[in-house]
Amino acid sequence: MNAASETLGALRPPRRRLLPAFSGVSWRLLALGLGLLVVIVVSFAIGRYPVPAGTVLAVLAGKLLPIAQTWSAETEAVVLDIRLPRILAALLVGSALSVSGAAYQGLFRNPMVSPGILGVSAGASLGAALAILWGYGMVGIQGMAFVSGLLAVGITWGIGAGLGKRSDPVLVMVLAGIIIGTLFAAFVSLVKFVADPNNTLPTITFWLMGSLVSANLDDVAIAALPILFGTVVLNALAWTLNVLCFGDEEARALGLSTGRLRFAIIFCATLVTAAAVAISGIIGLVGLIVPHLARMLVGPDHRILLPVSSLLGGGFLLAVDDLARATFAVEIPLGIVTAILGAPFFIYLLSRTRRGWV
Amino acid sequence: MLELVHLACGYGKRRVLGDISLHLAAGELLCLLGPNGVGKTTLFKTMLGLLPAHGGEIRVGGENVANWSRRRLAQWIGYVPQAHSPPFPFKVRDVVAMGRVAHLGLFSSPATVDRKIAENSLNTLGIADLGDASYTEISGGERQLVLIARALAQQPKVLVMDEPTSNLDYGNQLKVMRHIRRIVDQQGMSVVLTTHYPNHALLYASRALVLDREKRYAVGTPAEVISEDYLRQTYGVETEIHDIRQRSGHISRLCIPAGEAQAAT
Repeated sequence: MNAASETLGALRPPRRRLLPAFSGVSWRLLALGLGLLVVIVVSFAIGRYPVPAGTVLAVLAGKLLPIAQTWSAETEAVVLDIRLPRILAALLVGSALSVSGAAYQGLFRNPMVSPGILGVSAGASLGAALAILWGYGMVGIQGMAFVSGLLAVGITWGIGAGLGKRSDPVLVMVLAGIIIGTLFAAFVSLVKFVADPNNTLPTITFWLMGSLVSANLDDVAIAALPILFGTVVLNALAWTLNVLCFGDEEARALGLSTGRLRFAIIFCATLVTAAAVAISGIIGLVGLIVPHLARMLVGPDHRILLPVSSLLGGGFLLAVDDLARATFAVEIPLGIVTAILGAPFFIYLLSRTRRGWV
Repeated sequence: MLELVHLACGYGKRRVLGDISLHLAAGELLCLLGPNGVGKTTLFKTMLGLLPAHGGEIRVGGENVANWSRRRLAQWIGYVPQAHSPPFPFKVRDVVAMGRVAHLGLFSSPATVDRKIAENSLNTLGIADLGDASYTEISGGERQLVLIARALAQQPKVLVMDEPTSNLDYGNQLKVMRHIRRIVDQQGMSVVLTTHYPNHALLYASRALVLDREKRYAVGTPAEVISEDYLRQTYGVETEIHDIRQRSGHISRLCIPAGEAQAAT
């Protein structure tokens, strides 16, 4: 039997080889890294108190190297005390939302999924709203948001694990997430309804719109721990996440214990999202759009998609936050800017990804 | 190799198929024939451990697999699903490498040796030039071959294939069946597959398991169990089964519809 004549591929003309493995991708990664650096330097420079890029680099270098100080104490305060924490927070939150969005999209085999799919954002909103209502401080609000976000996903998971045995556990879990999210959103409305319209209600509303105004280095450091942990574990599971994209049954037939794996991925993605939401409030669309962009850049393999989503998400949110604080005299809440920029952009993505969700 | 001992299967509490016993030796190609809805897919899912057995046992290498881990079972029994389309455009090479998951740790990804194995199974099926193509953009026939290649990379002893020729055009059906026959002959794997074409069983299978509408079954050589009576009772159509001498001198048994062909007039 002639092997060549038995080949289905032989019936069609030879395929044009794509660029040799990785060369195209590594150029894109390099461009992405450089772009990120530029955005970071620009973010230090722009604002109500502009600082030249050269001075920014000198101030930053001055913290590490013995450089003679040629800039004012004011400039140093703006760069290190005001802009540095905010830039770090934007990078952290953007990367957290994006990496968890990418992981959820793979896990649920659906590119329309965002990190809030299992109710983490609605849960965190309720926690924060209650904390504000009860007059807690910043730490209390962040802590309540984090715990309550985890709690909401825990309930969703419980329903999915309980009812999903008979049918498709993934589908049951997504539906449970929608219901839990709606329920928690209703509780948030209730809290707003009873809140004092003169001071508590505006604070809640502002929190729900998402902002990095109040980010400080301590917040960033505390949120960085769960985000780093979750991101590392998700990256370690990246290849098995590829296999899960082929569906629960097929992944099991290939030898994966999908139940345990799904738990680990949901746990890590939730940890990451809840920590981000706790310091930033609700910032929509980032976790939906950035994974798409990353997939356009480097393809669907989660081993590279997850780290690229992290980098891209950090850079994206930082750039959007720059717009939010530097465009107008008054700062616009970040969640509003991401939505206004994100919605048309997402429709554009939809228009060109009919096939295969590239 | 694979033994079903009074195996019963079904979904939840509902029993679909009862009491099937079968012994599959190495290097056998067993075709499973039966009408739609009789429980072929349920039987497959039970054999793969995706559904718990309602009764009886599945034995691999003489051992009951009821308490085996997913990983261990996947090292013995591989699955070729019907060609489908995942939501993301993975490269063919990566899809085939996913067959290695049962041999790797939870946190690892394919090493050089695994990629080599994946490459070999692409070569076995003659689709090495598809390696860099996107799985979502190749044809249905090619996708079916990729899924078979993935199962080969899994290196199981038994392969279970769910209608590998459905949705394929005539040429691709024959090519896929020949590839399967060749894998069985050359690699000593056992294959169990479902098909809706009695001729596929008659031409390529070493044994056949036929199920009728009352869920009675018979196991034997295709010539023994695929009879005009069986086809009439199961599918409600009249057929004739003939031994045909091919130009090579080889005699093949084929089933054709009874009566006069209409197109001849």
